[in-house]
Amino acid sequence: MTVTDSVDMEQAARRDRMSLLAKAPAERLAALWRDLGLAPDFTWLRTPEIGGVMVRGRTGGTGAPFNLGEMTVTRASVQLTGGAVGHAYVQGRDKDKARVAALIDALMQGGDAARIDAGVLAPLRAEQAAARHRRAAKAAATKVDFFTLVRGED
Amino acid sequence: MYVAVKGGERAIDNAHAWLAEERRGDLSVPELSLAQIREQMTLAVNRVMAEGSLFDPDLAALAIKQARGDLIEAIFLIRAYRTTLPRLGSSRPVETAQMACDRRISATFKDAPGGQVLGPTFDYTHRLLDFRLAADGIVPPAPEAPPRQDPTPHITGFLNRDGLIQPEPASAAEPGDLTRSPMELPADRPLRLQALARGDEGFVLGLAYSTQRGYARNHAFVGELRIGAVAVEMDIPELGFAIEIGEIAVTECETVNQFTGSKTEPAQFTRGYGLIFGQSERKAIAMALVDRALRWRELGEDDLGAPAQDEEFVLAHCDNIQATGFLEHIKLPHYVDFQSELELVRKLRRDAMAARAEAAE
Repeated sequence: MTVTDSVDMEQAARRDRMSLLAKAPAERLAALWRDLGLAPDFTWLRTPEIGGVMVRGRTGGTGAPFNLGEMTVTRASVQLTGGAVGHAYVQGRDKDKARVAALIDALMQGGDAARIDAGVLAPLRAEQAAARHRRAAKAAATKVDFFTLVRGED
Repeated sequence: MYVAVKGGERAIDNAHAWLAEERRGDLSVPELSLAQIREQMTLAVNRVMAEGSLFDPDLAALAIKQARGDLIEAIFLIRAYRTTLPRLGSSRPVETAQMACDRRISATFKDAPGGQVLGPTFDYTHRLLDFRLAADGIVPPAPEAPPRQDPTPHITGFLNRDGLIQPEPASAAEPGDLTRSPMELPADRPLRLQALARGDEGFVLGLAYSTQRGYARNHAFVGELRIGAVAVEMDIPELGFAIEIGEIAVTECETVNQFTGSKTEPAQFTRGYGLIFGQSERKAIAMALVDRALRWRELGEDDLGAPAQDEEFVLAHCDNIQATGFLEHIKLPHYVDFQSELELVRKLRRDAMAARAEAAE
């Protein structure tokens, strides 16, 4: 494995966990974080800020971009006493969700990574996958099976 | 002429206090929670998000509660709130081809790859009032089946492959944003789609219906209608790469319309497009029909003088907040300017009476 590959893999893992945290239900993330019992010292690089992101679509699904409408997003950045920097951009208006997500982003760069992955990220990942699977299974049950009664040409 | 007036403060305060009481209704009936509105009045929440142009189900539920169920008033509240939000950025265009579909149907291709998936639809219900809902709320769990693993492909993609439909080539052009700069006419298609996406459902529906009845008919078929969840990705400057910042529910409609062709160009189907926040297929289909009607110029069609083809007419009137703001302002005090009109009418009548009396003598 080359150096670039490992950087890419690290970046992909960070992207995936930030995406996971962005979509996590705020109360669920708060509960899992509380159960972990971590209280790291940190300073704010950016205190949680609620804002809007313009969501774009494409004409015809594949063409030129257009502005569809906004969604609420909260962002925050922290620095741990050890120096690690964490960022968060999370869906919704929950400032504590942004704080916890930024802390997790910073802590995942250090020695607590395995503990956080097992205690917070793995359960969130499993719950998101299960919820998605449940909806897909209900959708699949509404798929139409056609059968031809009488053909018109007779 | 507009003249400032003062007074009526106590009357206004008391009116608002009574409004709060009426909003709550009979105290012996339990109060609605925001979660109840969000979970059980979902399609109202979706409409408020779509036309309020802000995806946030909790805020939309609050707006509906505050507005006593008046959805245009709720949309007004959301529009006012969104102007207070700092803009953190713009997303990458959502990939609707990757949508986790709750529903996906095609009216044109029976055997579309991925199948006809009905989802939680009102279609094929008998539209008979269900009095069981007035009694208990026990709902048996919906059946499940092994889910599809792969993303569901877009149906227009298959037509596109054979060159039978006008393509929609990707571009990286920065779209105009009517929330940032006033709309200028003629508007390009991205700007028109933004206006239609946040436009009033009833207005867009009426215009779309007018095209079906013959006012610039464009023979639309629903090539595909899909409802489901898409991830929203944004490039994060601090990181130097993109992450998913959330997931939203959207409805997408692609229409397949009458073909154009000429001596040099072979005949080809054309298309209209609708994309709406939340589950809102009536609006998405209507948007696609009106989008198609507005494309007459770029597709080399005739201007038939139909309302749905008139870009200025459509775009200037589809926004229900602009419309209701101007409409409802005429109920606010206009005492002084009405006084001047009253004087004028009295004078005209006086002159006419005098002339008549003179003629009679």
